[in-house]
Parts: sequence; C-alpha cells; structure tokens
Amino acid sequence: MTTTDSPPDAKPGRLKPPARRRNSGDTERGFSRVFRWITTGSGAFLLLVLAAVAVFLIARGLPALTASPDELSGKGGLPTGMNSLWDLVGPLVFGTLLAATMALLLATPVAIGIALFISHYAPRRAASVIGYVIDLLAAIPSVVFGLWGGRTLAPIISDVWVWIAGVLDFLPFWTVNVTNTGRSLATASVVLAVMVLPIITAVSREVFLQTPTLHEEAALALGATRWEMIRTAVLPFGRSGVISAAMLGLGRALGETMAVLMILSPGILYSFQIFDSGQQQTIAAFIASRFAEASGLAVNVLIATGLALFVITMVVNMGARAIVARRKEFSGAN
Amino acid sequence: MSATTSITDDAGAVERTRALLTTADSGRRRADRAMTILIYGAFLLAVIPLVSLLWTVVVNGVERFDGDFLFTSMRGVFGGMDMGGAYHAAVGTLMITLTATVISVPIGLLVAIYLVEYGRGALARATTFFVDVMTGIPSIVAGLFAFALFTIFLGPGAKLGIIAAVALSVLMIPVVVRSCEEMLKLVPNELREASYALGVPKWLTIVRVVLRTSVAGITTGVLLSIARVIGETAPILITAGVSDSINFNVFDGRMMTLPVYIFSQYRQGPVPCREDALDCLVSINFDRAWAAALLLIIIVMLLNLIGRLVTRWFSPKLR
Repeated sequence: MTTTDSPPDAKPGRLKPPARRRNSGDTERGFSRVFRWITTGSGAFLLLVLAAVAVFLIARGLPALTASPDELSGKGGLPTGMNSLWDLVGPLVFGTLLAATMALLLATPVAIGIALFISHYAPRRAASVIGYVIDLLAAIPSVVFGLWGGRTLAPIISDVWVWIAGVLDFLPFWTVNVTNTGRSLATASVVLAVMVLPIITAVSREVFLQTPTLHEEAALALGATRWEMIRTAVLPFGRSGVISAAMLGLGRALGETMAVLMILSPGILYSFQIFDSGQQQTIAAFIASRFAEASGLAVNVLIATGLALFVITMVVNMGARAIVARRKEFSGAN
Repeated sequence: MSATTSITDDAGAVERTRALLTTADSGRRRADRAMTILIYGAFLLAVIPLVSLLWTVVVNGVERFDGDFLFTSMRGVFGGMDMGGAYHAAVGTLMITLTATVISVPIGLLVAIYLVEYGRGALARATTFFVDVMTGIPSIVAGLFAFALFTIFLGPGAKLGIIAAVALSVLMIPVVVRSCEEMLKLVPNELREASYALGVPKWLTIVRVVLRTSVAGITTGVLLSIARVIGETAPILITAGVSDSINFNVFDGRMMTLPVYIFSQYRQGPVPCREDALDCLVSINFDRAWAAALLLIIIVMLLNLIGRLVTRWFSPKLR
C-alpha cells in the first residue's frame, strides 16, 4: 500500500519548494527571522560589552589623567613624594610584569613537562585521571590560594629564600636583601605559578595530542628514543601552541589579585629585590587594597591604573589568540 | 672446532650489529632516561601544592566547620569571641551568583547559538575572537567596569549585590559561550536536516532539536562556569563591599560573599587577647577563614562533580 501511495505524494512535494522559493525569495519567514535577529543581536551585544568596558574605564579614568599634580597628590591619594600619575603607574606596571614574568618562568617548564606526561608518558587510563587532577587545581578559588600562600607556604618557603639569598651573596654590586616572613614577591610568584600551571598545561596538552601520529612513528622508525621523538616531532609541532599557552598564562598572572594581595607585603618601588618585603606591588592588588577607602579623584586614579592593566592584558591575550588562530589555519593536522 | 668458533663469532657479530642498529647508544639512552625522570618529576612537583593546599584547608577548616558556623552570621561578633559564622556570606554568594547566572546564561546561550547556527562573516569572526579575548579580562577590571557603570546612576558610594552580579556576568558570559558553543557543535547535522525535512522552521529546530539534544552538555557548561565565578573575590570586594549581616536582597545594601569573607577574616589577623581571657581565641579569625575556605572548596568541587555526572547520565546515546 505504502509503495503505491508514496509517488503521488512525493511529486507535488518535490515540485512545491522551488515554486515557494521563487515567490518569497527567502525561505526564512515568521519567527525564524526574529530569532536570527535576536541571536545576532546578542553576538553584537557581547562586542558592545567589551567596548563598554574600555569606554567606561577611559571615561572614569580620564579625570585622573588630566588632573594637575597638586590635585593628584592631594585629593588623588597618591603616596607622598609622587606628583604625577606615571610615578604611581610606572612602578605598579613594573611590579605586575615582574611578578607575572617570574611566575611564567617557573610555571612554563613544569607545565610542558606535565602536558608531555599526560600526552606521551602516562598510561592512557591514568592520563585522563591526571588531567582531571590538574583541572582541579584550576578550580580552586584564588582567595584560597592566597590563604594557603600567606598562612602555610610563606613561613615554609622563607627558609628557602634565605638560603638562596645566602648563596647569591657572592654577587658583586648587588646585595640580596631577604625577609624572614616570606611575604615577598618571590613567594607571590610561586603561588601565581601554581595558579597558571593548569591553564598552560591544558592548552599545551591539546596541542601535543594533535601531533600527527605519522611524524611520531617516522621518528621512532628511524631509531629515535622517546625523548628524541618528542624533541624532533612533538615539540616543533607544538611550539606555537606552547607560546600562546604561556601568553594566556601570562594574561592570567597579570590580572591575578587575591594571591598577591594576601601574600605580598607591598611597596611602590622599581626594585629587583624579589626576596625582600615592602618593595613592589602589582596593579590588581593595589586597586583592591585601596578601593574601599578611596573617594572622589582617588577612585579615578585607581580606575586609571585599572585601565593600564586592562590594556596590558588585552594586548597579551590578543597576541596569544592571534597566534592560536594563525596556527589553526596553517596546521597540517586538520 | 674452528668452524663452530667462527659461527659463534659470527653470531656475536650479528648480535652486536643488531644491538647497534636497534638500541640507542648509552649517551642517548641516558638523555632519554633523564628526560623521563624530569617529566615524571614535573608532574609530582605540581601535585605537591595541590595536596598541601587541600590537606591544610581540610585540617584547619574542619575544626570550626559545624552547624553553628554554617547558620550564624557575624552580626555583633567582635574581638576574639568564640562565635560567628559564614551564613551571611553563604547567602550573599548564593544570591549574587544566582543573579549573575540569570544574566549570563541567556546571553551566553544566544551568542553560542548565533556562532554555531548563524555565524557567517565578519561579525561572527569578531565575536569568536573577542569571546576568547574576554575570557582573559582580569577580574578586578570587570569589577571596576561594573562600578564605573552603576555609580554613574547611583552615586559614588553605591555598593549593591547587583553590581557584583554584573561584574561576575562580564567574567561568566565568555565562559558560558565557549562551553555552549562546543556542545552545540556536537549535535549531528543529520538531526537538524531531519527536522528541516519535516518542515519545522529553523528557530523551532534549534529550540526543540538542537537545544534538547545538547541540554546535558549545556547544563555541565553552566555548572562549570558557576564554579569558575563563585570563587571570585576582587570584583565583589569593590562592588558589593563587606557586611556582617544577612542580606537576601541584591538591590539593597552591601552583601558579603564567601571569598570576601575569607579575605576579610584573613586581613583582620590574630586577635590581641589578654593573658587571662578565657573567652578570647587568638587565632579565631584565621580559623573562620579556613572553615569558610573549606566550605567554598566543597561547593566548587560539588559543582564540578555534578557537572561531570550530568554529562555522563543525561547525554543522549547517539551511537
């Protein structure tokens, strides 16, 4: 029955769509069009939000940028001895970059190691468990890292810093000061390193797993050991991925507030005394520590420093994303 | 005799040649082994802080972690009093995170639908790129943005839960977009085509077929993004302030959240007690901070766990 019925049914069905399309010129009608507008609008809204972040920060930071030195040191709440905004922002940018760079230098080699461990060394079943453990590290809130860093890590690690400072004592032209409390930029950087570790690991792991199997097998067939295979096939393939992963980690470390705020004993200096307290401060921690008491122009000053942080992290992140995007286009793996 | 020795010599030579060809020489083998040890070491090095952190939080936090802590606020608690809890902070965390979720999930989901179902051309490319960039916005900058936005209307001293919720939304939306996008991409095209073939309009196909199929994945993504923002401290500190009382209303007055509670207790530091004071605990502030940290970690871990279980239980069996 069905076989005899279907041809007459199918025929008008096959004929109708072209006719309808000719009539309206567009198959999209009714709520479908509204729905497309709604979703497209929310896409545009997202871009608007990002633009709004920049616009509002600029608008509210502008009074601080245009204020006279007298106003800044009076109502602007600048620390004594400073009479322009750059006197404040400069050392803060320096401290932020120093802390983030040190964190990155500590975290990247370890993260690459873990990523290789998961992708090429660990047994298959263990690898997913280990990946989950590393993700756990990413899920822990930064304030808990700060609490742990300030209460547990700082007293322990200060002995290590004292020892390192003792070893470095032979250096001429440079005396290494060291604090016994452990509340130094070095400790903060170690905690920051632990916090960015999961990000760098996650991205690098994905890249390493994408290495073409044929490259790996070719290397092994030529008699390479496992490490030589990784060095000749995996690492060159993953280089740009690792670089962008490190930059993403850098972006995270630059903006991290609580760990630095709770561990570091701050100062506002251009100083490389990373084992001493009262030397450097980062932008994010500075804003968080001053914001509650600030009012009037002081708020504008803080927002202007926040704008500096926003610009730095945007540049770093966009750089990282651009590398990732370019890699996607030219990669032979897909 | 001579024949046999020459054969054994040959065998030895063959063995040596084979060894030469099939195994690496000792220097290369040593490098290989050293790198293996280093890579295993890197993994162990990363586990140490994780274990240490979880261990100290559990050991220090479990002491005060009881019903009294969970269901009292800090109102009227001062000095080294052996009382006070995190109820008000838990309430604030719940309300602010809930508000942020209500704001972010619809927007995030719509953007994801746009990117997967409609996204062509420059706007889609720009959106994809800037979603990635937005995931890197420092949390304190999001807080400053929300503050700058609301204080234009409400005056400079405004500290409300809703401002914090907006700040968290700025951080949360890109995460929701990313995870929902991945989930929507997983829906097989055959399902969409089958739906179109039945004459279902596109929007109904998306709502009834695509979203229905990926609801488990989307739930997971939302839960994980909540877990991500629930621990944010800095933006809430500068937008919702600090409070000692219970406040359920995000549109009225300051609110406390668990991360800010941890921070403010930590900042108060040790209590100066008199020598003979019996009701004064020197370390009470740190004890409360640890207990609140334990509560926060439990919440985050539960969200992660439930998120993963939801995918495992409710994802459609496609194959």
